[in-house]
Amino acid sequence: MKEKPYWSPYVSGVGLGITLLLAFVFMGRGLGASGAIMRFTTAIVDLFAHDHVMANPYFAKYAENPFSNWLVYEILGVMIGGFLSGMLAGRNKWRTGRGPNISKHKRWVLAFVGGAIMGFGARLSRGCTSGLALTGGATLAVGGWVFMFAVFAAAYATAYFVRKQWI
Amino acid sequence: MAPFFKYGFFTEQTGLIIALIIGAGFGFWLERAGFGYSRKLALQFYFRDMTVLNVMFTSIVVAMLGLLFFSLFGWLDITKIYINPTYLWAQLIGGLILGVGFAVGGYCPGTSVVGAVTGHVDAYFFLGGAMFGMFVFGEMFPSLEGLYNWGYMGDVRLSDVFNLSSGVVAFAVVVLAILFFIGGQWLENKFGKEEV
Repeated sequence: MKEKPYWSPYVSGVGLGITLLLAFVFMGRGLGASGAIMRFTTAIVDLFAHDHVMANPYFAKYAENPFSNWLVYEILGVMIGGFLSGMLAGRNKWRTGRGPNISKHKRWVLAFVGGAIMGFGARLSRGCTSGLALTGGATLAVGGWVFMFAVFAAAYATAYFVRKQWI
Repeated sequence: MAPFFKYGFFTEQTGLIIALIIGAGFGFWLERAGFGYSRKLALQFYFRDMTVLNVMFTSIVVAMLGLLFFSLFGWLDITKIYINPTYLWAQLIGGLILGVGFAVGGYCPGTSVVGAVTGHVDAYFFLGGAMFGMFVFGEMFPSLEGLYNWGYMGDVRLSDVFNLSSGVVAFAVVVLAILFFIGGQWLENKFGKEEV
């Protein structure tokens, strides 16, 4: 099947906005992602070093019933919804996203490094682009807006140094 | 009256099923916009594809106006909606760090999940990295606690800080979004829009 083009950003934006609004209307809370990833991380550490997790107040907070959590179920939903959308558009196939001037192995290394930087930052700010910028943005939370502009400022400032990866 | 869960319309167990359904919607729209593909996200930072900005601001405006009008109509109790607490400096510094990770890694946590399920190998490396970064943060937590709580202001909104009504702030956000849409299009034309 030939890949279908992506939908207009405004159509996708309205769809995403309504989804976010439904989360507020049903649950009184918005969307998120990094909190679920933190729970998976804690569960893995817990498997190998239970006492160590319990001795650390930050891990311990996530260790009790790590998967019986709204965000974890929401992220499972994201997997289902993302997969279905990709399947319907003929986009589900193995590949590596990268610019024309970088090898896929170098891209994998940078993806890991960028992920590590982001994971650290997301914990420090108590949320990521979904849980803090999008959700906090829509509820007009001060921290959400400060965070959003900080993210874009730093990403634009960094872009020049990693341009060989993307363009 | 909404939010339904806070008014006891259903149990926490049912809430988890709703989480699954709402999450599916979230994942669907992220994939539709092209956010499973790291390069499309990253081209935002070279002004060659402003989809990230357009999608984000469209959805913020839709959800914000929805909350505002539902609350005006008396359908929704806005005081029962979760507001992210503000830790000004922690979130400013965390946002700067996260932004560096965005340009280097090409994903953010939510989009990397969509990337992974649609077969993007780099998304798996990104997710592995994100888990590693969170593990490091947890390990360092005792020495980071001061930074983590720096600038606590409570559940404040922009309307509280600027001493304006939520309607006026919402109007300003709509104007800002329109300026970003127009400016984004102008930048795409100037820097050469890439169809990805």
